[in-house]
Amino acid sequence: MVWERVQEKLSILSDAAKYDVSCASSGSNRKNTNKGLGNSSGSGICHTYTEDGRCVSLLKILLTNYCIYDCLYCVSRKSNDIRRAGFTVQEVVDLTIGFYRRNYIEGLFLSSGIFKNPDYTMERLVRVAKKLRTEHRFNGYIHLKTIPGCSEELMKEAALYADRLSVNIELPSEQSLKALAPEKKRTDIIKPMKYLSENIQGFKHERKLIGKAPSFAPAGQSTQMVIGASPENDLQIMSIANALYKTYQLKRVYYSGFVPISNDNRLPKLGTAVPIIRENRLYQADWLLRFYKFSLKEIINEKFPQLDLDIDPKLSWALRNLDQFPVDINTADYEMILRIPGVGVSSALKIVQGRTFRKLGWDELKRFGVAYSRAKHFIVCKDQNAMPRDLHEEKLRQTILGQSKYAKSLSPQFSLFA
Amino acid sequence: MTRLNYDGSFEGFLTGVFELYDQKLQSTELVRGTLFQPLLEEKIIHVHADAHKAERVWSGLKRKISTESLNNVFKTFLSEQPDMERHLLEFIRNAFQSPVPVEKDFGNRSTLYISQTARKVHREKHRMEAFVRFQRTSDDIYYAPIEPDFNVLPLIIKHFKNRYADQHWIIYDRRRGYGIRYNHNSGEVEEIQISFEENLSDAFLPESVVAEEEPHYQQLWQQYFSSVNISPRKNTKLHIRHVPLRYWRYLTEKRTK
Repeated sequence: MVWERVQEKLSILSDAAKYDVSCASSGSNRKNTNKGLGNSSGSGICHTYTEDGRCVSLLKILLTNYCIYDCLYCVSRKSNDIRRAGFTVQEVVDLTIGFYRRNYIEGLFLSSGIFKNPDYTMERLVRVAKKLRTEHRFNGYIHLKTIPGCSEELMKEAALYADRLSVNIELPSEQSLKALAPEKKRTDIIKPMKYLSENIQGFKHERKLIGKAPSFAPAGQSTQMVIGASPENDLQIMSIANALYKTYQLKRVYYSGFVPISNDNRLPKLGTAVPIIRENRLYQADWLLRFYKFSLKEIINEKFPQLDLDIDPKLSWALRNLDQFPVDINTADYEMILRIPGVGVSSALKIVQGRTFRKLGWDELKRFGVAYSRAKHFIVCKDQNAMPRDLHEEKLRQTILGQSKYAKSLSPQFSLFA
Repeated sequence: MTRLNYDGSFEGFLTGVFELYDQKLQSTELVRGTLFQPLLEEKIIHVHADAHKAERVWSGLKRKISTESLNNVFKTFLSEQPDMERHLLEFIRNAFQSPVPVEKDFGNRSTLYISQTARKVHREKHRMEAFVRFQRTSDDIYYAPIEPDFNVLPLIIKHFKNRYADQHWIIYDRRRGYGIRYNHNSGEVEEIQISFEENLSDAFLPESVVAEEEPHYQQLWQQYFSSVNISPRKNTKLHIRHVPLRYWRYLTEKRTK
């Protein structure tokens, strides 16, 4: 390798790839059976974290940032005046292996600007994955970006070598896509999702039936939406996410707060703050859907089309549904305990297991890791059966907002309540 | 008051438990050698690690608690916390005594202590799986020094053996003065002790002993680390929560020349 040149390319092509949020390296089942290199059968590993606090699990790069498209929100758009570069297939392979052997990464996340045409680009991505798997007997994690509009054969080949595939939905509505990414078509994005979803299920079924089938994108597929570049509300965003989970069995939907990159008047201006809190609330809502057994309607609906920025969606739901509280943690169902603000999955499990031995009180709850200051408003336990409570939505909301955790993170707005 | 003094090994600890039952000792403490300070008016028994006795306790415990709890017992032991023997002893006693399984009785302090301590140790194990950084030497050994909070080397062997099955590697615990070495020809992992020459005692090996490509890869990794940062989103507090300062010393991306 010509080290200086590779380093320059790496700086350009990792910089351009960093707006892809996904860094998951879990959910695959590729074992090291051939005394080759690597193993991705366990849970994911974040090998380090960027200074903005995001997990670094994979070598996340673009094969090239030359692109024939001109999507407004993208740094690599054709009309943007930036440095361009392209890796050779061999360079990507060498970097991946060199980093992997030093335990820097779990694997590779390879995406690309679209050069010549979708098939031409996809074919290069597949070639990298193929070389890693066959020549280097690499069992680490590979995430390939599916290029919208590429052929089904290429997609199929990609899925046979990669652990995860993803195609980004980019924007929450078709109108926004038309306005900001005129060359991209919604159908070109949905088509590969549908194809992959059907085949992932198909291969799984086949493996169940005959015990053996090649592994086909064993870690499933994911997608990403840019948040805050277009006018959609949270209800629209979450409805799409919910539909994607239900219809195409996506493993993850990522939300990416828009980082202003130009002064085009169709987008938020340079210097506009990245909607970090909104992004965080969307992820919390997403978690409630997937791990806390909430339905979409409970979290967000026509009446509340926007997630509350001041408090998390679970607390927000609880305040709207005070008639369901307080919950007696010594008798309530697991599902209901999971809905108490300040109680997470692991403390909920400890509660339902621990209470079979003795009645639980505040001491135990605190030791289990329950966020006492929030949870206390919603719980009845051994130590307190009939404490008078102030179960008035607005008042309770302000009491909780006055507590340190919220006061600190949102201080400028909350000096009002102090 | 009786105190059993054991050698600090897991086998020694289990032997101590055996003696406790065998000699029907009441109100007894198990103390590892390094922490042992004689007190007045007490009976001291020195325990010699005995594989057979240890095995009997372990397999007895196996019949009483789940594999997960069994692992938690071992992880709690590896935490090296000053009060871990006391809690382990109480947990083991409860497990042997009670006709029903006690491992989920989180209202019991020792049960909760074990589940929480095991979790801390597990987190450290996971951190080491993440933060180990190999440096390739000129004789083609991938070497990584670490200083984990807990004694997690025994827990990470399997992970690294499965992952780097085709390379020769050493992970060395500088705090506890021992390491593990994997030889890809034999496929075996062995415990080793190295006496370091002075110039090899730093976190990073000098250029004279590393492979020619090594400094280049370190530099590429540092480049990558700085390029993937999105500076308008900078969040140092979050960064440090995920990558606590005490680990920086051995992280290639944090290396300053």
